[in-house]
Amino acid sequence: MENAQAVEVPTISLEHSRMPLEREPLISSSKIITDKVSAYFGKTRALRDVSVEIASNKVTAIIGPSGCGKTTFLRCLNRMHEVVGGTVEGTIQLDNENIFEYDPVALRKRVGMVFQKPNPFPTMSIFDNVAAGLRLNGIRNKKRIQETVERCLRQAALWDEVKDSLGKSGVSISGGQQQRLCIARTLAVDPEVILMDEPASALDPISTAKIEELIIELKQNYTVVIVTHNMQQAARVSDFTSFFYLGELIEHDVTKRIFTSPAKKQTEDYITGRFG
Amino acid sequence: MKRHFEQELESLKTTLIKMASVAEEAVRLSIKACLEHDLELAKRVIDNEDRMNVMEIEIDNAIIDLLALQQPVAIDLRLILAAQKINNDLERIGDHAVNIAESAMMFAERKESAPLLEIPRMSEIAELMLRDAIDSFIHQDPELSTEVLQKDDMIDQMNVRLVQEVVQKMKTDMKSVDWGIDIIRVSRNLERIADLATNIAEEVIFVLQARVVKHQADIKRTEHGGVSQGLP
Repeated sequence: MENAQAVEVPTISLEHSRMPLEREPLISSSKIITDKVSAYFGKTRALRDVSVEIASNKVTAIIGPSGCGKTTFLRCLNRMHEVVGGTVEGTIQLDNENIFEYDPVALRKRVGMVFQKPNPFPTMSIFDNVAAGLRLNGIRNKKRIQETVERCLRQAALWDEVKDSLGKSGVSISGGQQQRLCIARTLAVDPEVILMDEPASALDPISTAKIEELIIELKQNYTVVIVTHNMQQAARVSDFTSFFYLGELIEHDVTKRIFTSPAKKQTEDYITGRFG
Repeated sequence: MKRHFEQELESLKTTLIKMASVAEEAVRLSIKACLEHDLELAKRVIDNEDRMNVMEIEIDNAIIDLLALQQPVAIDLRLILAAQKINNDLERIGDHAVNIAESAMMFAERKESAPLLEIPRMSEIAELMLRDAIDSFIHQDPELSTEVLQKDDMIDQMNVRLVQEVVQKMKTDMKSVDWGIDIIRVSRNLERIADLATNIAEEVIFVLQARVVKHQADIKRTEHGGVSQGLP
């Protein structure tokens, strides 16, 4: 055979043309609707005109490089941003109610939060950590408290591991168990939405897998919004993904589409690791 | 500086393009051997088949590594998935070139100058489709891919016409059966090469535009005024 001709190999260019994709209606029902939400730290604007609909009983992942406003956006959803000294413009509706006209403490019962680092109350037992929210809400009925603690620990996939040591300190268990304990504590006050700020970033792969399984289970009863730096995690657990960059929402779509054919070049560049 | 992953992707593309050029050359030479009754050329095509088989495995292994180790997404994922299919298509094209070369040997050994009917024209179209499909991959040109798709029906119809004509001839002239079988075989293999070139063009559109145009569903919808189809 004659020698094959030398072929000049071009670099992969992302400057390709795109055909408009047919997009099905994104959300059957929205739990949270934000409209032109901007958030500030003093005069510094951390979020710029974010409008998005968070689907009910789905997992929505928020991704983006450090400093893009992911956590700030999450904190706006239960008015925690105001607790850390920030201000917010725009509207956020929870089931068509403006959250800024709502008592923040009552709001946070409906919109619970799990943080990056497990933070069980260190002086309390495992049992008391989960029961704390109930007692703060004035519930004293022991049977009811016991039933709720067990239900929440089961929902958090922790019951089998701690049922014989409920009196032990909440910080005596592993990091992964502590994080699930925090999730159980959040569930105890019967929220509708659970916000999670990098809930598995400090955990080993096995604990991470348990938290991810738990997130998928939780959406049957709750609406979950998760901030994560781990894009494989976002792809694995979420139904919808929002990509934030420099305080703006660049793209919000079905997760499957974001990770196979994102509409925006910035999204593609970020998820393929070409920047950020 | 390019990341390691991007270098691996470039390397995959380079190897795939090399394989494409080998497949294209095999088709060109097998057709030439057929048209010119060149026994030696046909033998060279057959002897070179192993080269493509080795390249196919090399590309398969690179794809497995990329999928397992890099967890690609978006355009990277589409490129790697398409590369896997194109790799398989190219290997099959090499097999069809060998089939044509084998028929070319039969023509050469019979030393007969029986008519080749539409084979020269079919060869031209099949070669052009393959060249354009490969070029559309190299130059990331979805318009060129679309041109390839539009030619597929033409070669299908030529194949049907040729087979009908040859069958008629064989029914009336028993001496033409050996010739007829080889002509049909060449025609059928050219038609398959064109099909595989079409597959490659479809994969290029998938990579560049995230559209699935297999089985012409997308084009037919657009022709009928519908919208183009996105990913399932």
